[in-house]
Amino acid sequence: MIRFVPRERTPVWLTLTVSIGSGLAALLLTAIPLALTGAPVFTAFALMAAGAAGDGFALAETLTRATPLIFTGLAAAVAFRAKLWNIGAEGQLYAGALATVALGAGLIEAPSYVLVPLVLVGAAAAGAALLLVPVLFKTRFGADEVVVTLLMNFIVLLFVQMMLEGPMKDEMALGWPQSAPVLDEATLPKLVEGLRLHAGLVLALVAAVGLHVFINRTVWGFRIRAVGENARAARYAGLPVGKAMALVGILSGGLAGLAGASEVAGLKGYLTSDLSPGFGYAGIVVATLANLSPLGVIPAAIFVAGVFVGADSMSRAIGVSNYLADLVVAFALLSVLVGGLLTRFRIVLVRREAA
Amino acid sequence: MHPDPRPLVLSLTGITKRFGPLTANDHIDLDVRAGEIVALLGENGAGKTTLMSILFGHYIADEGTVFIAGADGQLAPLPGGSAEVALGAGIGMVHQHFALAENLTGFENIVLGTQSLWSLGLRSGTARAKIERLIADSGLAVDLDVPVARLSVGEQQRIEILKALFRDVRVLILDEPTAVLTPQEADGLFATVRKLAAKGLAVIFISHKLHEVLALCERVVVLRGGAKVADRPSAGADRAMLAELMVGRAIPARERPPSTPGAAVLSLRGVSVGAPGQRDRLEQADLDVRAGEIVGIAGVSGNGQGALAALVAGLAAARAGEARLSGVALTGADPAGRVAAQVGRIPEDRHRDGTIGALSVAENYVLETISAPENQRGGVMRRADIRARAAAAIRAYDVRCPGPDAAIRALSGGNMQKVVLARVLEREPKLVLAHQPTRGLDIGATTDVHRRLIAARGRGAAVLLISEDLDELFALSDRIAVVHAGHLSPAMDAAGLDVRTVGLMMAGHSAGEAA
Repeated sequence: MIRFVPRERTPVWLTLTVSIGSGLAALLLTAIPLALTGAPVFTAFALMAAGAAGDGFALAETLTRATPLIFTGLAAAVAFRAKLWNIGAEGQLYAGALATVALGAGLIEAPSYVLVPLVLVGAAAAGAALLLVPVLFKTRFGADEVVVTLLMNFIVLLFVQMMLEGPMKDEMALGWPQSAPVLDEATLPKLVEGLRLHAGLVLALVAAVGLHVFINRTVWGFRIRAVGENARAARYAGLPVGKAMALVGILSGGLAGLAGASEVAGLKGYLTSDLSPGFGYAGIVVATLANLSPLGVIPAAIFVAGVFVGADSMSRAIGVSNYLADLVVAFALLSVLVGGLLTRFRIVLVRREAA
Repeated sequence: MHPDPRPLVLSLTGITKRFGPLTANDHIDLDVRAGEIVALLGENGAGKTTLMSILFGHYIADEGTVFIAGADGQLAPLPGGSAEVALGAGIGMVHQHFALAENLTGFENIVLGTQSLWSLGLRSGTARAKIERLIADSGLAVDLDVPVARLSVGEQQRIEILKALFRDVRVLILDEPTAVLTPQEADGLFATVRKLAAKGLAVIFISHKLHEVLALCERVVVLRGGAKVADRPSAGADRAMLAELMVGRAIPARERPPSTPGAAVLSLRGVSVGAPGQRDRLEQADLDVRAGEIVGIAGVSGNGQGALAALVAGLAAARAGEARLSGVALTGADPAGRVAAQVGRIPEDRHRDGTIGALSVAENYVLETISAPENQRGGVMRRADIRARAAAAIRAYDVRCPGPDAAIRALSGGNMQKVVLARVLEREPKLVLAHQPTRGLDIGATTDVHRRLIAARGRGAAVLLISEDLDELFALSDRIAVVHAGHLSPAMDAAGLDVRTVGLMMAGHSAGEAA
């Protein structure tokens, strides 16, 4: 029989060992199906590593992919800290992207130091407004936010498709359902000439640090943590539970909205209905890998992005399907969850004597 | 001394159980004879629960053996690690928190698990006859055919005991059985236990109410720090002696200096709280709690004291009537407003309502006052100041913890409660609501809580003490009111009141009938 005995405190060496062990376990677990396909396991992993971070170009590509994941990872982390199960970051991302082209593709003409902030604020507001609806439903009527936010994703995506086929369709796009491009004044600058890496990454890093400080140092951050950890005691102590939840909704939805703005105004330049290959959902994985710590989201997002970018490159080289990336990420998630169990509990084997 | 002629039914020898560096049970020997009622005493963490868990198969002892008499009366080792084996060998336990299926009837609960599911209909006749014989023999009268959820707590406990008896147990463990009973119900339980023991059942009685232990049990076993420190007949023992054995040092007598009450701080006139159909509600209650007095509320839990506490704590609003705090109406459900109005609130459940486990001791200390200027500047927490004040409170209230940054869930219940007390009392509230302030605490921590409440009274606070522990109410209260089925009696002077009167009122008799 196996028993789990809670630990009073976790030694640092154990946390480190478990983190490294989780990474190794994920790779080992992935190696099994990889070997079953007959692919050269070590070559495949080496190619993945090279594709993710082998040279400056690969690294820049990984960081570009990590940018929206940092935003959506932060969106999930802040919401989950308050036990607000926001599964709707994908929809909030599209709402932010839609706001970006609505404001930045010619409606307003202004110099970039006005237009870029305006676009960002608009995108964050759109994402926040979208999440406030399920938050109000939750606090007022007790509606389950998992269901509402998840279903809203489909509504938003269909709405975006409708807009791209109709009022927002770019007449110059040869019939493709895509929006008009954002103005140069609304575009986020590139960080390095010739690479796709853009200022969205800097924004994402600032957002992560800012959220870390906000959650841990401010009164509202304190209230959010208190409500998330024990809403009953928070209410008993007189903390404004409803307002704290609404603030979490604004932060989480706003961050997801910024992911959309960053992708449109920093990378793609216009909106299509395949802007996000599931960045909103991947953000949940990133936040979980980061143990809901805003600073931890940065390495977690880079790891997940690196796996995807590296798997693409490996798949081109030796013809192994890039679905392998999903496997690595899934195994990493499982390993981290099991590792978390090991750091929080001691595992005691109880031998059952013959009765 | 004459050797006891009654046969041994249970013998624990050299039971030792270690959890890492902690020795929870240290070579404990315990013999129990047929028909004997043995009290097992000890503070939280003394090793009672571990010992009973070993006996009941939840843990396996590192050293030592449990011997249990078989059908032939011969002692044989009991294989550890299985509750089914322990049950099969004749060991039954009634836990403090019942394990009943609430939607099933008493009869169904009793036979549940003893018969194959397919044969339930076929053999219920014999089972029924057996249970009715058990009821007749033991005096455990209870309606077997209504869902358990509709039974009172005392009746549910009878079902639990019948459940054990139905399985032909020879050793019955009762874990804090009187915690949920009125004194009269407890007397009824004791009569039953004596009757069962007279028929040869061995009973292990776990309690922290020393007068009950002395009244019921013929032998007292005291555990302290995992070791057995006393095993003696209860004849000739007294409460002070047992308390000292449990704690390991002399307990200072509680000092309660006289105090002259001032003006009413909390005043209720015809106050009703909670929906009419709700069980824990208050109807038309009148009550004054004056500055410098402790008013105790007695009652079996769920009779309205929860609604009263919710009103004072600001979790609920009065449905009718008028509640005033120093003349100002208490309107609405507004916990923050109560904090601002200088109501200090000690919640009933410190884990659920009083603390936030994942946050630090310091953060829990400022939970109610985080927006006060001394705790924040421009919305940013003044962390150094908060830590410093929390560290001072830790010293002043003797909180045993690694420091202000330790997560509060790592603290023992007593130390957690000290943090709550520090948070509540350091602000010198005008009214203190103490709802079950010592539930689950050991003697040392309980003494400390009592001392703090008396000190608050001494500096002129009005204290509303809600407790199910009559000893506590009589020790602390200047006046006592009894709540039953939502009706609150007038508060009576504690000096002229006796426990039996209060007990009868808790069971629904009026003050006139009870006296």
